[in-house]
Amino acid sequence: MKRILPHPFLALLLLIVWLVLTGFTPGQFILGSAVALVASRSMSALEPTPITLRKVHRIPVLLGVLIVDIARSNFDVARLILNGGRHGKRRSGMIEIELETRNRTALALLAIIVTATPGTAWLGWNPRRGVLLLHVFDLVDEADWKDLIKNRYEKALREILE
Amino acid sequence: MTELPLWAAIVVAFFLVLGAGLTLIGSIGLLRLRSFYDRLHAPTLGTSWGALATILASVIFFSLSEGRLVLHDLVIGFFIMCTTPVTLMLLGRAALYRDRAENTPVVTPSETE
Amino acid sequence: MSGTILLVATLLAQGMLVIAMLLAVLRILRGPRAQDRVLGLDTLYVNAMLLLITMGIRTGSIFFFEASLVIGVLGFVSTLALAKFLMRGEVIE
Repeated sequence: MKRILPHPFLALLLLIVWLVLTGFTPGQFILGSAVALVASRSMSALEPTPITLRKVHRIPVLLGVLIVDIARSNFDVARLILNGGRHGKRRSGMIEIELETRNRTALALLAIIVTATPGTAWLGWNPRRGVLLLHVFDLVDEADWKDLIKNRYEKALREILE
Repeated sequence: MTELPLWAAIVVAFFLVLGAGLTLIGSIGLLRLRSFYDRLHAPTLGTSWGALATILASVIFFSLSEGRLVLHDLVIGFFIMCTTPVTLMLLGRAALYRDRAENTPVVTPSETE
Repeated sequence: MSGTILLVATLLAQGMLVIAMLLAVLRILRGPRAQDRVLGLDTLYVNAMLLLITMGIRTGSIFFFEASLVIGVLGFVSTLALAKFLMRGEVIE
């Protein structure tokens, strides 16, 4: 199994994208599977770390939390832009957060979450010290943001991936 | 092409205006905000719910008007979701690197790299 | 009835997206630093992509989908190359 299909998630993803773009027919399914099988092997050249999923049932929960969180921060940032940052009182700044995870997949997903959420921007990651540098658009309380990243997202990602 | 039912038209119209509105606010922010790091947040309005709402409108519209599930716009959504972090992270790091190289004061708690 | 609602909504959305593109162009012209211009270009690409999806809904044709996909790919690669260029002043090391 491992020899034929070294990267099952990638192959499945490629097959789904192929089917969505061309149409759900048996012929396209066979063609898409062949392309996915061959193309996903090229991933080995990048030497990725293997992904192991632990608590799969947490994924939909995290997705739901994310859609709501992103919608809320969209609304917050939109309001701050329109009212001129509470009429000049908004303060932005950089914060550093020490993370516990060293899992590369978890870090990549955390980067997507942080960037997809308006209001937080990922600026740097120090792998030696395990410190993440974030820029926060509306920095009212630094502890709130650390709490959000560490206890809400990092914890969920670690439960799923470690 | 069949005429859409009224409720579907309202839903599609709502998502379209919501997406375009958020994108417009993001671009207003891009023009109005003062520092580069603040401006880095503005386009994410367009790439998160701005794009999602527009894509949802398109998926609902084409699925109903063609009478089958048309999902190809979701590929664009997936694509935006994967590429935006890469571009914005690299741009943020480039700006940080340039500011540090020129000794422009950047508000950082301590040196990260 | 539903046709009228859709027409008004798509026109409104298109107008807003065109204004958003103009604002991004203004940011590109104004700068002040190179990274601001690259950020403006990235926003311009995303806005153009959403505008094409909206045009696809107005005309009811799937043709625009492919155009927006191409714009997305080109925008991603060009922003990446420009950001890499700003980092060290070279694209290929």
